[in-house]
Amino acid sequence: MSAAEEVVTEAPAIEAVPKRAMTLGTGTSLVVLAALLIAPVFVKNFIIFQMTMLLIYGLAVLALNILTGGSGQFSLGQSAFYAVGAYTTAVLMEHFNVNYALTLPIAGVVCFAFGFLFGQPALRLSGVYLALATFALATAMPQLLKLNFLEHWTGGVQGLVVTKPDAPFGLPMSQDMWLYYFTLVVVIAIYIFSVNLLRSRSGRAFMAIRDNEIAASAMGVDVALYKTLAFGVSAAITGIAGSLGAIAVQFVAPDSYTITLAISLFLGMVVGGVGWLPGSIVGAAFIIFVPNIAEGISKGLSGAVFGVLLFLVIYLVPHGARQVAIMGQQLAGRLRKN
Amino acid sequence: MELFTNQVLAGIATGAIYACMALAVVMIYQAIDHLNFAQGEMAMFSTFISWQLMQWGVPYWAAFVITLAFSFVAGIAIERILFKPLTKAPVLTNVAGFIALFAIINSSAGLIWDFTIKQYPTPFGSAPFLGSQLISTHQAGMIGVTVLLLLGLYFFFQYTRIGLAMRAAASVPESARLVGINTSWMIALGWGMATAIGSIAGMLIAPVVFLEPNMMGGVLIYGFAAAVLGGLTSPFGAVVGGFLVGIFENLAGTYIPGVGNELKLPIALALIISVLVVKPAGLFGRHIVKRV
Repeated sequence: MSAAEEVVTEAPAIEAVPKRAMTLGTGTSLVVLAALLIAPVFVKNFIIFQMTMLLIYGLAVLALNILTGGSGQFSLGQSAFYAVGAYTTAVLMEHFNVNYALTLPIAGVVCFAFGFLFGQPALRLSGVYLALATFALATAMPQLLKLNFLEHWTGGVQGLVVTKPDAPFGLPMSQDMWLYYFTLVVVIAIYIFSVNLLRSRSGRAFMAIRDNEIAASAMGVDVALYKTLAFGVSAAITGIAGSLGAIAVQFVAPDSYTITLAISLFLGMVVGGVGWLPGSIVGAAFIIFVPNIAEGISKGLSGAVFGVLLFLVIYLVPHGARQVAIMGQQLAGRLRKN
Repeated sequence: MELFTNQVLAGIATGAIYACMALAVVMIYQAIDHLNFAQGEMAMFSTFISWQLMQWGVPYWAAFVITLAFSFVAGIAIERILFKPLTKAPVLTNVAGFIALFAIINSSAGLIWDFTIKQYPTPFGSAPFLGSQLISTHQAGMIGVTVLLLLGLYFFFQYTRIGLAMRAAASVPESARLVGINTSWMIALGWGMATAIGSIAGMLIAPVVFLEPNMMGGVLIYGFAAAVLGGLTSPFGAVVGGFLVGIFENLAGTYIPGVGNELKLPIALALIISVLVVKPAGLFGRHIVKRV
């Protein structure tokens, strides 16, 4: 059985949902945006904090979506990039007194380099092999952060405490609210960038590789370049999400960035709908709130309840929130006709 | 030198467990083309069943056999009830399903048997093996059971009608269906066998890592690593991979300075990635040629 050659026609890694845009329509987008802008005024600080985390995880899921939904590569190692971003911010803020806003682009650049370099050896791997390689990266990351010679910078097992920024220019806002709006601006900027990236020449190259790598390379797409580029961009965005996460939580420690985080982000992408960018926020909501709901239903069985809910989602809507959105659209269309 | 031989032998003993786990992973991978992330939890649950039986006074080997039968049936049931509806779903949905199964089993085991660490008996005893200080009788027993299991599987796949049918269903499902093989049941059978093999791995390693709901986490990662290293399409490769990973893990922990127990896993995984970069299909995997 070994070393025998086998010829297969590979099915694309990502199943095609009826071809639709990757985004919401303009009207819906504006409604969502308005809701996101107004909501914090009416709720308590803790809920604002949770909404901030929702945006941050949404951003990290979006990054994975660009990689998987865009270029068709799996990753179970996003928590590693998230950790690198978080630590970059924490170290810069606490050891070098860099302004928190400035640490974001730096974290982005560092993670881009990290992701691009990791993408190089990963180029030769695909499917489950790539999943395992990224999985390895995610398992290794907490251990690497605990290494002795890095302890002076990273604080070792103890981690680092990050100072929460005050609202600038004496704006009458709580720290939480300021951070929420700050995050919202960053997320919207990156969302617009991502939409444009996927619609650009590079984005079409990603999708050509996703749909059929060999055909793409035959058409002259530089497969190696675009695959590593997708890794780099995805890592950079995940890194920025990590930075925001470090500022919001005010703390970084190796054990916050384990494989569990990577798996959560992956689940968020599946629940939101692979390749559908607005789904990222829905997916993030699933991974943040469903475990809480599960805990509410039964403390001892929270994992089981979470698992059952996840099964329900993948049975009822295998393509995630995207499918719900499409069904909603069709329903709306039918109502309009009548 | 004695330290070296010691470490290699201990590596072979743990490698035997990784080999069992890797074999279970490869069995399911062959049948449905997916890595089963819940394999370790399934094995853990089976091990708990056998422990519970022994608490009720069932002798070791009787509990062993009952657990095997239970695992086999449970594996088939999981396939029929949970994963058959997902056959046509995208790959990522299947992975999410495995993660859901993982959460369900882990949490139920925690609820039924709680998270305290339990002693698990060994049928072989823990005295030095044949008077030698190098390995214990339990380690020798682990290697022995794995070898027996391998031989059994080899004969099953090579010399029985149903083994042949399973191989056919896994490699060319369309043609297998045309000659009258019920491929859907072959997949279920693959699940049942994989679950049973996993439960053997669980029962063998439980005396070493102690029994608790999270006991298989590390073992499963090594099992995956072994399967991928040997080649996901080759059961033989999975076994060789298991032994190699076991030995390498021990040697790296002993000889590379600063590695210790903490970094063993990352180092082992780094090795595997390096192997894959050079040989993407694993050491014994089939080379797959793609066309448009």
